[in-house]
Amino acid sequence: MTTRAREFGDGVRAQLPILVGVAPFGAIYGALATGAGLAPDAAQAMSAIVFAGSSQFVATSLFAAAAPWPVIIATTLIINLRHLWYSASIAPYLAHLPARWKLGLAYLLTDEAYIVSMQRYAAAPPAHDHRHWYLAGSGLALWLTWQLATAVGVFVGAQVPAAWNLDFALPLTFIALLATALQDRPALLAAGIAGLVAVLTAGLPYQLGLVFAAIAGISVGAVARRTLARQP
Amino acid sequence: MSAAEVWLTLAGMGLVTVLLRLSFIALWGRITLPEVVRDALRYVPPAVLAAIIAPALLFHDGQLVPASGQPRLWAGVLAALIAWRTRNALATIVGGMVALFAFEWLAPMLRAWLG
Repeated sequence: MTTRAREFGDGVRAQLPILVGVAPFGAIYGALATGAGLAPDAAQAMSAIVFAGSSQFVATSLFAAAAPWPVIIATTLIINLRHLWYSASIAPYLAHLPARWKLGLAYLLTDEAYIVSMQRYAAAPPAHDHRHWYLAGSGLALWLTWQLATAVGVFVGAQVPAAWNLDFALPLTFIALLATALQDRPALLAAGIAGLVAVLTAGLPYQLGLVFAAIAGISVGAVARRTLARQP
Repeated sequence: MSAAEVWLTLAGMGLVTVLLRLSFIALWGRITLPEVVRDALRYVPPAVLAAIIAPALLFHDGQLVPASGQPRLWAGVLAALIAWRTRNALATIVGGMVALFAFEWLAPMLRAWLG
């Protein structure tokens, strides 16, 4: 087997256990989106165009609340802001690639694909130049699962009773992501401050509370890191 | 919102998302990030994730709910413990959902018992 095929296969395999959790999540999104009044084709297209589960869930609730479109796009920006860090930290491993590869892999750079790929890249020294196939494999496996799961959810529709609390899967997924993001004390502080500010500002319109909370958390985290670094 | 507006909104969401993901992958080697920007970017994921989670656990239909009557908060706390101990997304989600079912089922009985 070629190195490329092996890297691709390893990427797919690393993603398999995560797909078990992602598939129901995608189906829930599909059901909620049609329940929120989105047309089936638009609900399905959001999974292909945006391909970022958490922001799709929040956008769905904003569509349901008839929020104006600039609010929906700005909220998407804030929620997906974390991809800036993913992009910055994975960039050195993709630096040698041509532009079309960079664009394709950027499109596939979800939380899940980023986490498994970075674990792989951090563990193994750069032995060859085919490591991007690992990210391609994990990213495509997730992409295919997400599209199919969305289709199932759209098809089954809003027949799932609200008492099942399936919308609760969203904060739960974020809790799982947050656990991997809390890598040092400043991160813990950033999360604590952001959570506190988000609760205190929850009444503000246009998701402004989210903006204030993010700015407060990021600043406190960065300042704490610099303060700790200065200590002997 | 009209169908055309929906599709334009989706296009805007997709553009914003792919630009964020592409940003530093495309700019690598062309710009060097100042240390302070790198330090700030590092804390975007924990800050944004926590800012979404906290209100989702504490509020219900826009109202702050007292902790005693809030199964979602306690299910979330339990899920956070699972996430912290196992680092396993599936265990976190399944554990949190089962906990919410259990707490919602137990809550009325607990309230009746407390009078």
